[in-house]
Amino acid sequence: MDIPRYWRLKNQRYRLQGKKCLDCGNLSFPPRLVCRKCKSRNCEPYEFKGMGTLYSYTTIFQAPDRFDQMAPYMVGLIDLEEGVRITAQLTDVLPDDVQIGMKLEMVIRQIYEDGPKGPILYGYKFRPVLKF
Amino acid sequence: MSSVMKPARKVGIVGYGSYIPAYRLPATEISDLWRDGQDKLFLPVKQKSVPGKDEDTATMSIEAAKNAINRAQVDPKKIRAVWVGSESHPYAVKPTGTIVSQVLGIVPDTVSADMEFACKAGTEAMQAAFAFVGSHMADYALAIGMDTAQGRPGDALEYTAAAGGAAYIIGPAEESVAILEGSYSYITDTPDFFRRAYQHYPEHGNRFTGDPAYFKHITSAVKNLFEGLNLTADDFKYAVFHQPNTKFPQKVAKMLGFNKDQIRYGLLAPHVGNTYAGASVLGLTDILDNADAGDRVLIASFGSGAGSDAFSFVVTDKLKESVGRAPLTQQYVDRAIKINYGKYARWRKKILK
Ligand SMILES: [Zn+2]
Repeated sequence: MDIPRYWRLKNQRYRLQGKKCLDCGNLSFPPRLVCRKCKSRNCEPYEFKGMGTLYSYTTIFQAPDRFDQMAPYMVGLIDLEEGVRITAQLTDVLPDDVQIGMKLEMVIRQIYEDGPKGPILYGYKFRPVLKF
Repeated sequence: MSSVMKPARKVGIVGYGSYIPAYRLPATEISDLWRDGQDKLFLPVKQKSVPGKDEDTATMSIEAAKNAINRAQVDPKKIRAVWVGSESHPYAVKPTGTIVSQVLGIVPDTVSADMEFACKAGTEAMQAAFAFVGSHMADYALAIGMDTAQGRPGDALEYTAAAGGAAYIIGPAEESVAILEGSYSYITDTPDFFRRAYQHYPEHGNRFTGDPAYFKHITSAVKNLFEGLNLTADDFKYAVFHQPNTKFPQKVAKMLGFNKDQIRYGLLAPHVGNTYAGASVLGLTDILDNADAGDRVLIASFGSGAGSDAFSFVVTDKLKESVGRAPLTQQYVDRAIKINYGKYARWRKKILK
């Protein structure tokens, strides 16, 4: 694992921190240095609420080595409430119970363990929203 | 007898939150595999909670603490201590609290440490938090009891070793949903259950775990608390005890003079198993979900090794408005996806590719 990179990206992975363009209001995740809409560099950090709906998904059976422990797992395209579409793993849902359009919420989970001696990478995943 | 412990400043629970993973392993799966169902009429619990393959004490603590912060409506930056009690911290060296604090936006102006005292590590964290706030060193402290307990395949503990727990924001009495009246902690050197360094599974003394350990320590802590506060079981609306199985908490309740009605909430072991450091503190969240202003509540933990922390709380009128700001514990209990022994064995790394 690239520990400095993991450390640098923690607000993005832990708090769904993207960017907001201060000129046109456009939101981005992952955060972009330059606004895609108006090319402005005048952006500030913006934390998404972590609520969304499932746009599409697929199940990964043949995972890259470091995700082997987690496979099979589902990856979804999620439309966040704020209007940005992101990619994330789905969790706490069985393949038979997944439905396009279902309400999802962000949770923090293990993304992978870098072997038995290495660090554990944590980050956002999405699960069916717990209603209360 | 020493006196009951009370902080100089009145303190209490400002917010609470629970977490239980979604998956359940029925006890019959274990019984079928290891004993051909020979013990199926005497199973210690119906089922136990199992963490998903991407869950650990840190991720579970994060969700419980998020629920507690939502109920407390406290700015995370004002939390000046994060103590996580567990015997299943994901790292041997690197505090679980660092991960929890970073994710929840509590960093950087806080202390943090992992607490250990077998199944009472969670109430140990609460004691420290009461003292921290009670001495005016801080206005808010976060105390968590959480575990992903492991039992050796085929061992009696495999039926019950489960995952879950609770988080508490401790703060000033004026803001509390339940005010602390006093506490009593009682420990001795009793080797009823232990795990040596680098060992994956614990050892336990079978019948030795009952009378000289569980019952002796809980009844001693609670009786001393009663005497110090001049209370009896009749003064309490509800009580919750550490619950390594379904029977022990019911038996110790009876020994102390509590009736069935007083323990009708919080007795979650039959449905989720023994959540170790999470067990008694998780039970308390179920009581708070259902309590009314003025209710007096007792919680007594038990940790092997051995010891017990007993606390008396009185619920305030602030509780009712805060309950609905996070999922009820019963919702987590009901969110039950049954899995088989094979999945459990793989997820809990009992078999490896
Ligand atoms: Zn722009």
